[in-house]
Amino acid sequence: MNWSWVGVAPFFAFAIVFLFLPSLSIFYRSFQANDGTFTFDNIIALFTTRDIINAYKTSLQISLITAAGGAMFGFLLAYAVVLGGLPRGIRTFMTTFSGVASNFAGVPLAFAFIATMGNAGLVTRWIESIFNISTREMGFSIYNMWGLSIVYMYFQFPLMVLIIAPALDGLRREWREACENLGGTSYHYWRYVAIPILLPSLLGTMILLFGNSFGAYATAYAFSGSFINLVTVLIGAQIQGDVLYNPGLGNALALGMIVIMALSMTGYIWMQKRVARWIQ
Amino acid sequence: MSNIFGKSLTSWAFRRSQEAKPKNGIRGRLNIWAWFILLIGIVYFFLPLIATFEFSLRMVKDRYTFEAYRVAFTDPKFFLNFGYSVLWALLTIFFSTLLVVPTAYWVHWKLPKARPFVEFVTLMPFVVPAVVLTFGLIRLYGRPPIVLLGSPILLIAGYIVLSLPYMFRAVDTGLRAIDVRTLTEAALSLGAGWGTILTQVIFPNLRVAILSGVFLTFAIVMGEFTFASLLAWPAFGPYMEEIGSMRAYTPQALSVVSFLLTWASIGLLQWIGRGRGQEQVAGAH
Repeated sequence: MNWSWVGVAPFFAFAIVFLFLPSLSIFYRSFQANDGTFTFDNIIALFTTRDIINAYKTSLQISLITAAGGAMFGFLLAYAVVLGGLPRGIRTFMTTFSGVASNFAGVPLAFAFIATMGNAGLVTRWIESIFNISTREMGFSIYNMWGLSIVYMYFQFPLMVLIIAPALDGLRREWREACENLGGTSYHYWRYVAIPILLPSLLGTMILLFGNSFGAYATAYAFSGSFINLVTVLIGAQIQGDVLYNPGLGNALALGMIVIMALSMTGYIWMQKRVARWIQ
Repeated sequence: MSNIFGKSLTSWAFRRSQEAKPKNGIRGRLNIWAWFILLIGIVYFFLPLIATFEFSLRMVKDRYTFEAYRVAFTDPKFFLNFGYSVLWALLTIFFSTLLVVPTAYWVHWKLPKARPFVEFVTLMPFVVPAVVLTFGLIRLYGRPPIVLLGSPILLIAGYIVLSLPYMFRAVDTGLRAIDVRTLTEAALSLGAGWGTILTQVIFPNLRVAILSGVFLTFAIVMGEFTFASLLAWPAFGPYMEEIGSMRAYTPQALSVVSFLLTWASIGLLQWIGRGRGQEQVAGAH
């Protein structure tokens, strides 16, 4: 018995009781029928129940859209701030603000966007007064997948800025100069130097953004109630009352979420290891 | 080759200091693009905030007033729920610090082998989202043999899980900056016990690191909705949501309050941690 492990025992005891056992119980009960016998029915039902398929589809769509969009815009913004020749103060300001914005989520964020582009929102009123139209009569609504994606972008792209800015710092001026000395153009620099070096960071962060949006619940719930059928919203409804009328299926639903999140986290960590080769 | 790629901190810092100066035509063109992107970013950042503030002032027809704030602040339930959130935040901070600091210290001093396992645990909130963890906790501890559902233990445990990545990172960075071995051995040879070492030597040296973890945890718990709502405990997040489904204008006033709270916490955090390498992963959405 190695006694030095005793020092970390409380931490792992906590993790086992409040993290691993609950996750394990979800896993275990996903394969349990209502009478307690072993079954694959719940897992099969995941792929055949229409509500669940739709929920996964919507969650995946929103996560992919906001991961790609957030990564793209976040990268451009980080590039502009880090390498675009803007005054130094702007970078500090942008980093601080990104720190705040990436943590400004949940209920208040939903209300902020309702005040911005909801039926009586500031932007809605601007558009209506400028073009003299009624967006509501035109059947336009923000309480759908695209509207929610715009809301999610508010915490997605600042997160990208925070993570990718250090990677951009890692692009050394010498590399660009070496490329130019060898007769390379801007295209060659990006194609053969910058993009290959940044690619693991970019992909890794995109995966992180994907998971960030896939697990989000509070923002979606406060924004549209249960109008937008996300996996997290469905799990929330399953907690409050067995809406699937099948406890086992509820567990399988949660298990599917853990599997997808675990895959994306593994992808992120794998990419981070490749990043470490060039950028420290 | 090794000259170009070999990492030298001083040349890197020098290069950083040279970065901002535009050099030639390409840089100039880039500059216009950079300003343009920055402009879009600023609009995306500030438009919703301005709209929220403007919206919160429109409670009285055709006039801008602070009526929504008066209504929000005179609701006794506001203070009750806000108070509860502060209580949850303080409890979370207390237990999270108690759990993370000794563990991180032990990993640095005696057990570097355990680091990957500890890091793995601290990353779990990104694998098991809050709503899934709540689901698991309720199903596991909601019925015999072990019933914890009626007590706030599950809520605080959930919040501690949420705080782990930030707390551990902050404390870990702090421990890297001090010489744990020398300090511990000096204290031991002077006859100090483990309790004394932790409270008199390690904690004071980590004050700044712990504080930055504390502020982030505070910001996260104060606005948290998922755990509190699904475990049915009073808190600021569920209260805001409830007001949002009942009234107009007041919810936006509460959003402004909540935003200022986040801003203050993160602002203090950045101010305390200035000059240090500090990174974050994600908040609780």
